Amino acid sequence: MGKRVAKVIAHHAFTPLADGSHENYLRVKAGQTAVQRHAAEEWDLGEDFMAGIIATPIASPRATNMALHSIRQALSQLSGPLPPADTLLVVSTTKGNVDKIDDAADDELRLGAMADDMARQLGLTQQPLVVSNACTSGVCAQIVAQRLLMTGRCHYVIVCGVEAQSRFIVSGFQSFHALSPEHCRPFSSNRVGLNVGEAAATIIYKVSEATDVAADEWVLHAGAIRNDANHISGPSRIGEGSFRALRAVMHDATPDELAFVSVHGTATPYNDEMESIAIDRAGLIGVPVGSLKGYYGHTMGAAGVLETILSMEAVDDGTVLATLGYDGQLGVSHPVSIAAENRTTDKRSFVKLISGFGGCNAAIRMTKGGAL
Amino acid sequence: MTHLGKIVITPRGVELNSQVYPTSQIGDALLTACYRSCHADYPKFFKMDPLCRLGFIASELLLQSQDEERFIPREDRAVVLASCNGCLHTDRHYASTIHAGDNYFPSPAVFVYTLPNIVTGEIAIRNKYLGESSMYIVEDGLTEEELVQRLAELTFQDPVTTSAIIGWVDYHDGDHYNAILYLIQK
Repeated sequence: MGKRVAKVIAHHAFTPLADGSHENYLRVKAGQTAVQRHAAEEWDLGEDFMAGIIATPIASPRATNMALHSIRQALSQLSGPLPPADTLLVVSTTKGNVDKIDDAADDELRLGAMADDMARQLGLTQQPLVVSNACTSGVCAQIVAQRLLMTGRCHYVIVCGVEAQSRFIVSGFQSFHALSPEHCRPFSSNRVGLNVGEAAATIIYKVSEATDVAADEWVLHAGAIRNDANHISGPSRIGEGSFRALRAVMHDATPDELAFVSVHGTATPYNDEMESIAIDRAGLIGVPVGSLKGYYGHTMGAAGVLETILSMEAVDDGTVLATLGYDGQLGVSHPVSIAAENRTTDKRSFVKLISGFGGCNAAIRMTKGGAL
Repeated sequence: MTHLGKIVITPRGVELNSQVYPTSQIGDALLTACYRSCHADYPKFFKMDPLCRLGFIASELLLQSQDEERFIPREDRAVVLASCNGCLHTDRHYASTIHAGDNYFPSPAVFVYTLPNIVTGEIAIRNKYLGESSMYIVEDGLTEEELVQRLAELTFQDPVTTSAIIGWVDYHDGDHYNAILYLIQK
């Protein structure tokens, strides 16, 4: 048996902008944003907030049903059903159905119970796994998917990243003074904070022989998770964990292979500065970078999956997406290649970088067929 | 794979490498008593939520029992834990601080602990571990052996990782919690 790889066989994104990966991509490419101002009174908060919230009604429990919708849409792209006993569900979320906390029992709130409920509704028989590594969860969940496939425990992994926004989350970020009162401005000199958002995003991976990857198919080629070992609620000032994650996923690749690095780019002062340092330390300062937070806000547990999907769509379209909100005044100490306009590329791979509370950082390198 | 050490903590006692670790307290006070008796000298312990205190004490006692130099930055050791309740206890505490009206006092010091992976970060920070840190949430169902085997199988696929603190850390309330941590060499 030859080298095996984790291949993408379907994906779907459900966001305030659109229902569907390609539909989302087209809106992003056109420069649309899901982020809008919401009055404090909407959620009985101390201040107004900027957020990307799905307007169409979603039945409670909200996060569960957002996720199930996205997974079912992804499954519907396949030629037939996946074998239930040979398919594992990996859920990426930070807060699950926490919006129900004041009137729900523990059985409804535990993230594992949420995942079990989803697996049951999908007819899957293997016990699902939840990856809850704060805002890195969506990238970590894909790394876990790849590893599960390599161990031979299953042939298919459904990775679903989901976050429903709530009073619980927004009040917490407000208490941290981490939110921008306006549309976020990633990597700009006048950036002041992040916007929050919600989404469900699904990628279905299948174990495949490396020789069985078509030119237009995507493979998760390398992934790494590293800790800053510095602080639980602030990133390393020298981008330690992000640098080490980038170094690990680039160990058998060169920077000129990359179309771009899709960075975390939350638009908080510390995050974007840290990432510029990590990118430089990893030898990637010449590679185009971009943040998608201006389009959706920070979708937390969904971010790593959603941003991987949009990055695949962008490379498929020969495009490096603009960083919406970047005002042209670079506000980080290392000269990353970022732009407010869409650019073109003929490269066939990208890196998705992400970091979060708890000092965690994660990166994956995705490669489009043939390049193997 | 080699098991270099193992610790089990419940509200009623501590077992370290198959020996009873002496404690005079039970429940939440057990964790504080262990903090004092192990002389960790790490005041951040008192800022931690109960889940983090549990994971911190378990890792601290486990690592103190090992014959290895500590606190040297290293990328080759991972911290990979699983939990059922995750941070739900702290979620409920935080929710109680944001009731509408005069009882609205959201605090970043509480909010930060409403993420289940913070405990892995606390252990990484304490020990200067720059390697992988991960938190998995699952319902009960796997045996201890199955859980450790599966976590190890996932963790050691990272070629840089040569050893790991792997196990279970779960906190429901002061009378219902447990930690089972292994130090495993690849």
